[in-house]
Amino acid sequence: MGERLVELEVLRYHPETDKEPRFQRYSVPCREEWVVLDALNHIKEAIDPTLSYRWSCHMAVCGSCGMMINGEPKLACKAFVRNYEGVIRVEPLAHFPIERDLVTVIDDFMAKLKRVKPYLMPKEDKPLSAGEYRQTPAELNRFKQYSMCINCMLCYAACPEYGLIPKYIGPAAIALAHRYNEDSRDGGREQRQQEIAATEGVWECSFVGACSEVCPEHVDPAGAIQQVKIKSTVDWYTQHLMPWLKK
Amino acid sequence: MAEEVSRKPYVRAMTWRWIVRHPRYVRYMAREFSCLFIGGWTLLLVWGLQQLADGPAAWAAFLECLKSPASIVFHVLALGFAAYHSITWFNLTPKALPLQLGERFVPDAAIAGAHLGAWAALSLVILYLAGAF
Repeated sequence: MGERLVELEVLRYHPETDKEPRFQRYSVPCREEWVVLDALNHIKEAIDPTLSYRWSCHMAVCGSCGMMINGEPKLACKAFVRNYEGVIRVEPLAHFPIERDLVTVIDDFMAKLKRVKPYLMPKEDKPLSAGEYRQTPAELNRFKQYSMCINCMLCYAACPEYGLIPKYIGPAAIALAHRYNEDSRDGGREQRQQEIAATEGVWECSFVGACSEVCPEHVDPAGAIQQVKIKSTVDWYTQHLMPWLKK
Repeated sequence: MAEEVSRKPYVRAMTWRWIVRHPRYVRYMAREFSCLFIGGWTLLLVWGLQQLADGPAAWAAFLECLKSPASIVFHVLALGFAAYHSITWFNLTPKALPLQLGERFVPDAAIAGAHLGAWAALSLVILYLAGAF
């Protein structure tokens, strides 16, 4: 297998010593099949052990290694070095504070994720003896794509609305709320609506659509957000014009 | 002894440069920008109605004004932006209005195509009623 010397320009930030982030350049002998994460691992192991970044599975499942690669939000484990020409610029995910080097502070996303209650809240609790909550393949397909989200936050780094208005709940959290709202077994929509149908929820979205374009799992958060907008609008009209329909 | 670790998260300021970070943001801003031309054309229409109400002389002056080179340039730009906005917007309809039949979803192209087709048909009807044919 061929080996090629690749220049990586990595954003470094050490809170103990640095006032602001700076770029550091590394020459890395990369193999043909390497992804950017392999190059970072090589730097860490052989060139500079002080480099910090998150990663875990190396197979686009854990969602830990999201970073900006040449300005685009990517999973470092899915970004093949051979697809880039010249210097590869690696930065932490945009729109998140930098904790250290390529590690971002993700507290904001975690808090928002919790607020939208992304878990099944059964319409009615059944005793264990009553058996499982059954679902047809059609009912499963209704929400399946949204359940593919790996919480990698690339969509937040791609979304200019989130960058400009940090209180915006954002693409992944809304897509996950929608995933449970669309689940035939779920009865928690009203509780989630309080978060996602609010101003900080779907109405901050102006449909840039970048979230869906960068999603490594081909989830369509932009679609979920527009569908929540439509359903919330129908809710409003039902409530104000036909209140007798409201249970 | 472990080295003392201090937390001092660094927040990067967001500048206007996000618009040129990727072509998708330029396309998005072009769609947003189109509202200026569509809004401008709407104001022109209101002005035209006012001139019509003011009598034949005012209306004739308004029509003459529309023939000026500046007006023609504006109309070409407004038409271009309106078409761009409409086409890109209708192309996004499958995201907002997915249609599930049984286990499968109707293909995106069919939903966008239906909207684009209805738009074209209605435009032809309006042009016909306006006496363009």
